[in-house]
Amino acid sequence: MKVKWLISGLIPLLLLVAVVAWVMINGAGVEKDPAAPIEVLNIERIKITDNGFELSISNTGPESIKLSQVIVDDSIWNFSVTPSETLKRFEEGIVTINYPWVQGDPHAIKLITENGIITEGNIEAASLTPENSLSNFLNYGFIGFYVGVVPITLGLLWYPFMKRFSRKWINSILSLTVGLLLFLFIGTLADGFEIGAEAPTVLQGNMVVILGALLTFVFLIGFDQYQQKKQAKRASSPFNIALLMAVGIGLHNFGEGLAIGTSFSLGEAALGTFLIIGFTLHNITEGIGIAAPLLKIKPRIRDFVLLGIIAGAPAILGTWFGGFIFSPIFGALCLGIGAGAILQVIYVITKMLIDEHKKHLEPAVSWLNLSGFTIGLIIMYLTAFFVKY
Amino acid sequence: MSERNVSRRDILKMGSAGVIGLAGSYFLNSITGLTPAASAATIGKKNNHHHMNHTNNSGDFSKSEGYLMAEKLLTTFDYGKVSTLPNGQTLREYDVIAIDKEIEIAKGIKFPGWTYNGTIPGPTFRCTEGDLLRFHFINGGSHPHSIHFHGIHPPEMDGLDPIYPGEKFTYEFEAKPYGLQIYHCHVLPLARHIHKGLYGNFIIDPKKPREPALELNMVMNGFDLDLDGENEFYTVNGFANAFMNHPIKIKKDQLVRIYLSNLTEFDLLNSFHLHANYFTYYPTGRNDNPSQFTDTIMQCQGERGIIEVTFPYKGKYMFHAHVSEFAELGWMGFFEVE
Repeated sequence: MKVKWLISGLIPLLLLVAVVAWVMINGAGVEKDPAAPIEVLNIERIKITDNGFELSISNTGPESIKLSQVIVDDSIWNFSVTPSETLKRFEEGIVTINYPWVQGDPHAIKLITENGIITEGNIEAASLTPENSLSNFLNYGFIGFYVGVVPITLGLLWYPFMKRFSRKWINSILSLTVGLLLFLFIGTLADGFEIGAEAPTVLQGNMVVILGALLTFVFLIGFDQYQQKKQAKRASSPFNIALLMAVGIGLHNFGEGLAIGTSFSLGEAALGTFLIIGFTLHNITEGIGIAAPLLKIKPRIRDFVLLGIIAGAPAILGTWFGGFIFSPIFGALCLGIGAGAILQVIYVITKMLIDEHKKHLEPAVSWLNLSGFTIGLIIMYLTAFFVKY
Repeated sequence: MSERNVSRRDILKMGSAGVIGLAGSYFLNSITGLTPAASAATIGKKNNHHHMNHTNNSGDFSKSEGYLMAEKLLTTFDYGKVSTLPNGQTLREYDVIAIDKEIEIAKGIKFPGWTYNGTIPGPTFRCTEGDLLRFHFINGGSHPHSIHFHGIHPPEMDGLDPIYPGEKFTYEFEAKPYGLQIYHCHVLPLARHIHKGLYGNFIIDPKKPREPALELNMVMNGFDLDLDGENEFYTVNGFANAFMNHPIKIKKDQLVRIYLSNLTEFDLLNSFHLHANYFTYYPTGRNDNPSQFTDTIMQCQGERGIIEVTFPYKGKYMFHAHVSEFAELGWMGFFEVE
């Protein structure tokens, strides 16, 4: 009986193998030579060195690719490829071009394959890609520190001020937090799509962002429910909400650090005082958000330190990652996960607010809450002016 | 107050790191050189390129298929099958077949070309003024083609009618006037048919032979790989940088005669510039045209002429298009005088 059951499961599988084998051997009967060779060569990263350019490339097309010529700024140029000029499907390589680039000038690099297919890489403003030296490592770490840890710590400092608020005002602050988070959620998704679009088509960057967000959201909801069941509690503990929010915001800040580190290493952004202050203003609200759920309990000082580090420190990791080893698909995944985590926090706080107001027989969308929510969105929108470049 | 785990003093302590940090950000900028002003100051220092490679495309001495084609076209002339007619006139018969063929136009790059007899440019037809010429043309390609010759001939032999794939046609006319002519396909769309490779030089020698010389055939052209109306490569005789790594060998004080034409599509002009020397240029290869003594001439598409030059010193003389872009995209070479 059991054998029969197993066989019934195997039959479609065996037939599938047979069909695939038949098509592989005899063709599907719909073969048509493509009008032009299909070749997909990706330039993943252009590193600018003292001697010229180093391009990380990958072949994500259906066939292997042979790189035959390189043209830099309308001039045929010598180049070398490691490991080899021929890249098999999904193989990666490094193209080294010795070229006298000019500080601050745009440069266009054309890679031409044996079949005459051209892939173009552009440098908007050439400047030396930071080397992996200790001082650069520290500098990037500093940027992450100012963008992540500093503003969140400053935001958390509002805790004693907010602690004096009445219940209704606390709920309004929580509504404000929902507004902040909603803005962050949308922003994180948008950043994810932007970075995901840079990944090779075959990896479907945008899908990775959406799947990352969805799965994280569902996983966190499930995990939350499991915890509640285990601890036989009615609602998520405020500290857990703050913790989750810190994780979500941390991943968001990782993405922010990633963007800064990348554009900085590409010479696209001059990260000046203005931008650092902008990020501090923009991200200070994240600290308020994290502090909000804690207003009903008595947290210890180390809880704040922990939350500040979880939410802020990933920005440091992000700038390192973006500045030194950037991979679009990994960045997209991180931002997707961050968006999912933020969405889950929105869900939990909103649910908590509604339950709380129900208990007191009040409408959940009170004028106070609505104002808080709106102000939260507007604060984020306006402070974002400082960091959009 | 006392019942709280976190006192205000503690909070202030926590935040002080952040406040100091914020203040420190002003210093950070000057330390790291992240601001535009700071990086501008470093331009002078960083712009030191002594260690960068300023030479391109050197050092490749291999002779690939594309190079061999260009080299062959440099010195090979097709005089046709020669016979004498009853009236004493010389008859020259040429076989020309249009075929689709992939041509190596730069090291390792294949171009899906339309060719006469399998090369881009096509063969260099050669005859003497007054000869009767018969070009037996077979279209073995995938599109209708024709051969349109420059020169003086009856309009029905002008090559405006398309010859369809698989069909044949014989162009017959008397060779005149003497000079350097060109030929190309004249089927519409013209730019596509010419750019794909259907063109070549056609030399009509004067009845009184020119002074003996080392004779070289050069057709300037370009190749647009992505069909955006802009050429990726510029060449002489169809292979980028052909004579850069394989200089053309010449003897000191030897007379050199170059049959030069321009069939570059998409660009208005092409040019020829010789280093460290001067040459005499006869437009359209006519001795009765005003000649020029110069080191640079330009030709529009379809223009051609004869260059005569001798080299008084031994060594390597560079020649290239004086449009820097064309030069750097493959139209460069050397004469090596021994």
